[in-house]
Amino acid sequence: MPGTLPVDLGGLALRSPIVVASGCAGTGKEVGPLLEPAGLGALVSRSITLAPRTGSAGPRVAETPSGLLWSVGLQNPGVAAFVQDELPRLVRTGVPVIVSVTGGSLEEFVAVTSRVHVAPGVVAIEAHLDRPDEELDRPSFCARPERAAEVAGAVARMSRLPVFAKLPCLLPDLGDAARSCVRAGVHGLTVAGGLPAMGVDAKRGRPALGSVAGWLSGPAIRPVALRAVFEVARAVPGVPLMGGGGVTTGPEAAELLLAGAWAVQVGTATLVDPGAPARIAEGVAAYLEAHGLSSPADLRGGLRTGDGP
Amino acid sequence: MKRARAEVLSVRRLGAYHTITLVAPEIAERARPGQFVSVAVPPGRAYLLRRPFWVHAASRRGGWAGTFEFAFDVRGPGTAWLARRPPHTSLDVIGPLGRAFAYPRRLRTCLLVGEGHGVAALRFLAEELRARGRRVDMLIGGATLEEVFKPIEAKRLSTNLAIVTRDGSLGDRGRVIDVLEERAARWGTEVVYAAGPRDVLRGVARFCRERRIPAQVALEERMGCGTGLCFGCAVPVARTDGTGFDHLRACVEGPVFNPARIVWDRWGGTEGATPLSAG
Repeated sequence: MPGTLPVDLGGLALRSPIVVASGCAGTGKEVGPLLEPAGLGALVSRSITLAPRTGSAGPRVAETPSGLLWSVGLQNPGVAAFVQDELPRLVRTGVPVIVSVTGGSLEEFVAVTSRVHVAPGVVAIEAHLDRPDEELDRPSFCARPERAAEVAGAVARMSRLPVFAKLPCLLPDLGDAARSCVRAGVHGLTVAGGLPAMGVDAKRGRPALGSVAGWLSGPAIRPVALRAVFEVARAVPGVPLMGGGGVTTGPEAAELLLAGAWAVQVGTATLVDPGAPARIAEGVAAYLEAHGLSSPADLRGGLRTGDGP
Repeated sequence: MKRARAEVLSVRRLGAYHTITLVAPEIAERARPGQFVSVAVPPGRAYLLRRPFWVHAASRRGGWAGTFEFAFDVRGPGTAWLARRPPHTSLDVIGPLGRAFAYPRRLRTCLLVGEGHGVAALRFLAEELRARGRRVDMLIGGATLEEVFKPIEAKRLSTNLAIVTRDGSLGDRGRVIDVLEERAARWGTEVVYAAGPRDVLRGVARFCRERRIPAQVALEERMGCGTGLCFGCAVPVARTDGTGFDHLRACVEGPVFNPARIVWDRWGGTEGATPLSAG
């Protein structure tokens, strides 16, 4: 039946496979009804650190062909204010809330998780691992699979809720990183997020973004996300996997499901159209109906890669 | 904030600008000066983001007939597409967005200062201030005669009007900042409202701080979503407790701010880059 698309992410039951990606869901008081909660499986909060962060200087966004170049610098109020003010508002939207936790050290990840996992209304934790590892002075926690696994595992052990380790689409061995995180005890994986990118404003001879380097999101990166999801789904079959990158329509969400995602995160499309996630969910329902399928799970990894029909 | 499929009544050429009139009663009824709407560009893939535009007029006729207008200059594929919209087609519009200008409670003599399409936001404000019995003086400008937004309407709406253009093709040659001090003194300005490029707003901020004149400025900052979701349009605003600043979003906490609290030196440079109503 169109409109009802429940999926089960290994015990985490969502009413739709469409999830609003981190950094695109606001603070719970912006678009309200425009988000059309009925079609959404969950929303992921912006990434939360222990202390407040003012974020990067502007410009923080620039438009590129088929894409959005951005760098917000993890602006967030810190976990204490988040749990007190922002989280209850997000929960009141009626959409299940997954909190994105991050930090510059393993300790910070664990400390943020310890405040968040007991907060009312949170259904899962997403550990945002692709950010600078200040402890080991590396550009990303994901630079080495064992470090990603160490941090993700520590978050998983701390949390009473399911933990998804969020990995970037571009890693030398994404499958290995995924396997390591799963062995370390995470419930599932998210493969999504912008690709490292930058822009130059030649007219002014300046970088397009205040932070100089940033991230590219939107339809431009969808083929990259498809490959990443495909690779991770093959590396860790049977592990709940959320995939995201440039999805703007139902059939495009179906592509990611076919490649092996269990649920699809929608980011940039939400910024362009707050109603997009709900519209994409309807599109998935229509796609399933047209193909005689009853559940998004029936699509999962259903990509026919051999010589068959 | 409402979302509407708004019918295009007309698109008109107006000097360097285009103005577009839309039928959207839910938005027209609610729109206040200083607010903006965000408009989706066609579903093609090359450019994605909605475009923000100042509302410069709203006619509240009640019921189904309410219309509003916004202005833009054609600078890129999105605005070129908008300029070609035939009547009776529809646009996907979200609005009104952002915090409007606050009207003065006691002060009576208002000076509205702006350049470029920022003057569009001031046009709407002038109308509403007059309706509230305030005296409206205007100091407006643009690079050329063509870029001065609706000078004849400004004449109609204001008690005193000064126009400056950079090339001297209309009014005095220069920038609005060059004559602000002299005009504010001559006209006995009690409160200043400003909209336009950042250097103008910064000049207004400095002048008003020195003279202790209360002011509000409407900012043009590049936006990602326009609805507060993405934190893309950050403006550094000093905390009231003096401990530094926070990045507030121009789209929901602004675009109207108290200029005395903006930390101008920490505001990342978009001078000369694509502003609010362009692209």
